Amino acid sequence: MSEPTPPTRTTARRILSRVGKGLQIPILAIFTSLILAGIAIVLTAQTPAIGWQKVLDGYWGIVDGALLRGSGRTNTLVAMTPLILTGLAVALPFRAGLFNIGAEGQFVMGALVGTLTGIYLNLPPVILTVVVLLAGFVGGAFWGFIPGFLRARLKAHEVINTIMLNFIAIAFTNFMVRGPFKDPNPSTVQTLPILPAAELPRLFGSRLHVGFFIAILLAAAAYYFLFKTTWGFSLRTTGLNPTAAQYAGILPWKQYIISMVLGGGLAGVAGIIEVQGITHVLTEGFASGYGFDAIAVSLLAVNNPLAIIPAAFVFGVLRIGGDFLQIRAGLSVHIVSIFNALILLFVAAPAIVRSVFRLKSKEEEQTQASLSRGWGG
Amino acid sequence: MTKTPVLEARGLTKRFPGVLANDAVDLTLHKGEVLAMLGENGAGKTTLMNMLYGLYRPDEGEIWVNGRRVEMASPNEAIHAGIGMVHQHFMLIPVMTVTENIMLGVEETRGLLSRIPMLGRINRREVAGRIHSLSQQYNLAVNPDDFIRNLPVGIQQRVEIIKALYRHADILILDEPTAVLTPQEAEELFVIMRNLTQQGVSIIFITHKLKEVLRVADRIAVMRQGRMVGTAQPATATEASLAEMMVGRKVILQVKKGEAHPGQPVLQVQDLYVDDDRRQPAVQGISLEVRAGEILGVAGVQGNGQRELVEALTGLRPARSGQVHIGGVETTHYLPRQVTESGVAHIPEDREKHGLVMAYTVADNLCLNRYYLPPFAQGPVLNQTQIDDEARTLVQKFDVRTPSIYTHAGNLSGGNKQKVIVAREFSHPVRLLIANQPTRGVDVGSIEFIHNQIVSQRDQGSAVLLVSAELDEILSLSDRVAVMFHGQIVKVMPIAEASREKVGLLMAGSATADTDEQVQPQVIK
Ligand SMILES: Nc1ncnc2c1ncn2[C@@H]1O[C@H](COP(=O)(O)OP(=O)(O)OP(=O)(O)O)[C@@H](O)[C@H]1O
Ligand SMILES: [Mg+2]
Repeated sequence: MSEPTPPTRTTARRILSRVGKGLQIPILAIFTSLILAGIAIVLTAQTPAIGWQKVLDGYWGIVDGALLRGSGRTNTLVAMTPLILTGLAVALPFRAGLFNIGAEGQFVMGALVGTLTGIYLNLPPVILTVVVLLAGFVGGAFWGFIPGFLRARLKAHEVINTIMLNFIAIAFTNFMVRGPFKDPNPSTVQTLPILPAAELPRLFGSRLHVGFFIAILLAAAAYYFLFKTTWGFSLRTTGLNPTAAQYAGILPWKQYIISMVLGGGLAGVAGIIEVQGITHVLTEGFASGYGFDAIAVSLLAVNNPLAIIPAAFVFGVLRIGGDFLQIRAGLSVHIVSIFNALILLFVAAPAIVRSVFRLKSKEEEQTQASLSRGWGG
Repeated sequence: MTKTPVLEARGLTKRFPGVLANDAVDLTLHKGEVLAMLGENGAGKTTLMNMLYGLYRPDEGEIWVNGRRVEMASPNEAIHAGIGMVHQHFMLIPVMTVTENIMLGVEETRGLLSRIPMLGRINRREVAGRIHSLSQQYNLAVNPDDFIRNLPVGIQQRVEIIKALYRHADILILDEPTAVLTPQEAEELFVIMRNLTQQGVSIIFITHKLKEVLRVADRIAVMRQGRMVGTAQPATATEASLAEMMVGRKVILQVKKGEAHPGQPVLQVQDLYVDDDRRQPAVQGISLEVRAGEILGVAGVQGNGQRELVEALTGLRPARSGQVHIGGVETTHYLPRQVTESGVAHIPEDREKHGLVMAYTVADNLCLNRYYLPPFAQGPVLNQTQIDDEARTLVQKFDVRTPSIYTHAGNLSGGNKQKVIVAREFSHPVRLLIANQPTRGVDVGSIEFIHNQIVSQRDQGSAVLLVSAELDEILSLSDRVAVMFHGQIVKVMPIAEASREKVGLLMAGSATADTDEQVQPQVIK
């Protein structure tokens, strides 16, 4: 019996066309958000002409500030580091079917546990650096384990639990920083600095530190884990169809815990790297929203660990360039929040982008149809 | 016929990546007829219907309704043109009532604000009234106030039909409506279909069951590999001629099998009790035994505990009490993977729920139960080359019609999905095969193939537990037949004693089928 003509595509071309298709929505989402945020700026200006000028100045300021100057460029890379890692912290649980809103809390718990280790554990240089990193992982992993376990064993919804644990983690860290572990110097509210041996080396005499490369490496490792190992296969199967996973001999509850522990751990690493590479102390309000931007990063990257790197770049540019909105165009930095929210909206609801740009991809037709296929197919 | 057809497709063509799913297909439907559509799995029947219903846009070709050309960008246009479609997986909302489901999207409103779109108060009473009169007119008994989740499949299907009629459909497309129905429910559906056509509704009816075609069709259209290969008249056609037309070769509709040579018991079940999802007792004290080299067929109307029995045997559902032994080892509380590893293959009843990961490729689905074992994995690292090679072999051997092994399982036709599962479960040596509805939605050619595979498993010494709602399948494959009713096995008999009438009566719960031995009718606790 003759098969329908099999396509003789090479793997390389398959990957290329997949990447191409994958970029369509994110790029159009960013583009649409730029326009809509621009309209918001124009509407709030005294006259449209001034408004448009501000939009141009502001957007140019973002590009100039985040990319064209040397200091801006390193700052962008520095900001990307925690975004990559917290992005992974959202992506891994997502692949197992869980929505981790708790990266922010896991981030500070990792920073807290790691910092304390770095202050009080006296070990030789490289060893201490690694031990402190691991301590950060453990702190975040523990904070991820709690909602993972509650979901796996008690079916308690992870969204609610991770949100609540964020509050607890932040309040607890603030308490520790202000109370028991406060630097005795009365003019500051922060911990003692970690030992120099625990710091991550900086590069080229700038703020850029080794942590950036650790983040890239961990993204690659996460990709390998998800798509090239049996562990990743079990995890993804659970996320896509838990009942089929069960049938295939996978225990979904285990995958829930594993993914939350790994995700939380990576968020914890993000937190401690920020301490080891930049601040060297833990302060109040340390997390500054990395764990929340992470959700947008991960969604923009459709939860693909490698795509998280460019997605983190986009949000890194916005974070750093956002300051220049104010400097150059006298615009509020909150425009960046509007912008983030718009991207999030369009990425989460790609149907909007598709209809605006009249993309009716084959895939959409397929998903539409898959709603209508049943037994008969 | 010189009258204008109510529905006409002219040269419809549809391509998917790597497949020409419909190749210049013509189709005519006349007023008040039942047109049966036959065709192999993947022939393009569902694709054609999806185009007629506006779900897919044809790449080429035209659709005419009552002599006028219609552009269909979405099902809205199709509904407007009077076309209704009942999909296999019903699009009903389980937590709503029949009335609410039917009026969804076309709510009747009343009150002051009813002139303004979306603001009027919903007029349930009037809707219920119309549903009532529709069900009177076409003999479609439903209670408008029932919740969908409490209704059996057959009734849900009726609700879908009423939903289409409520939207003034006079052309009905039914895509494999009988695949999930009990024989009793199928009979009721045929009566309904007759009623509808007598009142001027025209019906396209897709099925793989040739007997049904001969019974209810006015005309038969056959597709093969994306093309319309011809039409036939039920008066002159036979099952064999239809099968040949579909597949392009002679199909042996009778299973050929030799004597069974039963050996040691492989599966032993003692006094098993299992609860269903609502924690009601579903399996109530079942004991049975399957030996190496024999096929035990479990006959029964669906919903008599078969699913729970199979799920308990395969570790997917806990047993409340009782014991299961496989190959002499107690497996009652085994996890699914432990069951698989003790040499059990399982073809699950619900392929969408258990059998496949739709977003995975065919290749990944084909190794779903063995991905962690060599040669598919070395330690924790997947060996994609081995996985793909195995997939190519299986796709070839089991004639899975797919553009490539990288196609997502969700894009396969219904029957080809089933073949992926069958291929996977037959691809490794087993001691015990548990097959629940193994040929549901599969075309006659593939049924022949799957049946032969099951028999050859038996001949190689596997024990086979076959669960099926198709009496024909049970009677033609089994060496012994067990009849299940209300969670119990009411009778086990050798195939020689299992006449169609006797098994049918036992399935319906009648103890009088047996005269020489008194079987108590089973009461639900
Ligand atoms: N959305 C889709 N994307 C890609 N390919 C598809 C899609 N829908 C169908 N196909 C392909 O088109 C062909 C025809 O499929 P279709 O579902 O129409 O078959 P069918 O006749 O209904 O078969 P069955 O009897 O198994 O239900 C198949 O090769 C199938 O793989
Ligand atoms: Mg079909």
